[in-house]
Amino acid sequence: MNKRIAERATVYLILTVLAVFTLYPVAYSFFLSVMKPEEASAFPPSIVPHTFNPANFIDVFGIVPIAAFIGNTFLVSGIVMAGQLITASLAAYAFAKMEFKGKSFIFSLFVASMMVPWEVTMIPNYLTVRSLNWLDTYQGMTVPFLATAFGTFLLRQFFLQLPKELFEAARMDGCGHIRYFLQHVLPLSRPAIGTLAVYSFLNMYNAYLWPLLITNSEGMRTVQIGISMLEFQESTSWNLVFAGITLAILPSLLLLMFGLKQLVRGMAAGALKG
Amino acid sequence: MSELDNQWSLPAGTRRASSAAARRSISLKRLKIRENMLAYVFLAPSLLLFGVFMFYPLLRSVYLSLYSTDPAGRVASFVGLDNFKSLFSSGLFLDGIRVTALFTLLTVPAGMLIALALAALTHNLLRGKRPFQFAFSLPMVLSVGSAAVIWKFLFHPSLGMLNYGLELAGFAPVPWLTSPKWALLSVSLMTVWMNLGFNYIVISSGMQGIPDDMYESAKIDGAGPLAMFRRITVPLLSPTLFFVLVVSIISAFQSFGQINILTQGGPMNSTNVFVYSIYREAFVNFRFGTGSAQALMLFLVILLLTLIQFKWVERKVHYQ
Repeated sequence: MNKRIAERATVYLILTVLAVFTLYPVAYSFFLSVMKPEEASAFPPSIVPHTFNPANFIDVFGIVPIAAFIGNTFLVSGIVMAGQLITASLAAYAFAKMEFKGKSFIFSLFVASMMVPWEVTMIPNYLTVRSLNWLDTYQGMTVPFLATAFGTFLLRQFFLQLPKELFEAARMDGCGHIRYFLQHVLPLSRPAIGTLAVYSFLNMYNAYLWPLLITNSEGMRTVQIGISMLEFQESTSWNLVFAGITLAILPSLLLLMFGLKQLVRGMAAGALKG
Repeated sequence: MSELDNQWSLPAGTRRASSAAARRSISLKRLKIRENMLAYVFLAPSLLLFGVFMFYPLLRSVYLSLYSTDPAGRVASFVGLDNFKSLFSSGLFLDGIRVTALFTLLTVPAGMLIALALAALTHNLLRGKRPFQFAFSLPMVLSVGSAAVIWKFLFHPSLGMLNYGLELAGFAPVPWLTSPKWALLSVSLMTVWMNLGFNYIVISSGMQGIPDDMYESAKIDGAGPLAMFRRITVPLLSPTLFFVLVVSIISAFQSFGQINILTQGGPMNSTNVFVYSIYREAFVNFRFGTGSAQALMLFLVILLLTLIQFKWVERKVHYQ
């Protein structure tokens, strides 16, 4: 019995040490974000803060428009999410429930395009966006990402699983494709649509290279780019940089705190049914 | 034939040469045309966007790769395969592949093994599971931008916590990002940490899908925890592990953000991974032609890798 207790204690000990290592980089940025400037750039560095200066969070707004960064990020991610849900669910319905000329050809075109790494189209897309005069605009940031082959495929698989009888019953009642799509398919597919929504939002929220290419002015930057810009401003002190980082990661951190259980369950339900 | 047609073609099977049947077949045809048109309306937004931002750019990439361009991106002259030739002769392509492959080797196996171990250790915890789950999935919500800036300070030669920790433990400081010997390793360390959250969540939710009675019957047969892990967990988890493997390799090949923030490809090109080098060719040196040639090579490499993975690895994967 003693051996089992010792075993269990070892597991907890190992996990705690590893958890501390995993958490430390984030805790470190929280610590730095409340330090006075002298402490933040002192040597040896403090493992935990000895000074407390919450004014950093206010001061950081003075050097960079961090509220605009966060606002842009949410706006751009929201637009892309909404756009992908609309285009993907429409296309997925056509593939799953309708019959038309060239269906298998167009579908294979969609599937094949999933194999193309986004970076391959990056240079021509940049040139296109520039020639449309869309540099430094929300259109430029969002329009190229409004359609998704992966999302279409995901929703199509889900739509195909809906019982055939449902469609037949709806037909009997004189329900056409459009009404069937809006009133039956979409409400029934909430889990799949939710998965796609989270996926597309996070993808855009984390995008780095495209916003870096497309945006020039401070007012158009997203958090991801804005944060890395903070670091290049030589005059700023580190406590302010980390106050900015803390503000930037706080929203997603809160989401994780409240959504962890759903996330684990959702992954199990959605991504892994091979 | 869709369900819609079936509704109408049933009576058409017992067709009589009456005017009613003729009218019906006309309306059937009209219905078919209407369904065709509606389907294209449903597909139009996606097709239009794909056309402009996916298929056209693919062709344009091929076209650009055969030309040299001026800094504004206008085509200057046809150079044939010279862009590809110079990719190979300057070593740009082979170096990029070498660094990217090394980066993949440093990040993917380590990232998967650590996540697997952590998921296995937390899976059977009776108490206090949630805090550990939270800790290990935390890196997932940090975007590459914030994560890389945080690590840049951890790696700082004099103020950074990592060197301070080494000093406390009695070791010499490490030139994390400034020495060609260390830079790729440092970027990989940060990447493994960053990917931990995703890998951990996917693997632990895969473990939740393994039925408990399997473990119970193995326990009755006297199997220890290690034997159960090797004989039950890993085989039943293989589809999940395969999924993580494919995603990790592809994302390793597409890494850009952490490189741009931490090292910008340096020192001495030691971290100049493929996508970074495309970016540098096209958007720093404004050579869109060679940039496109490089992007096409990336396409070929990823295509090849994906095919190999599905051909060879998936055979070993156990599906229930």
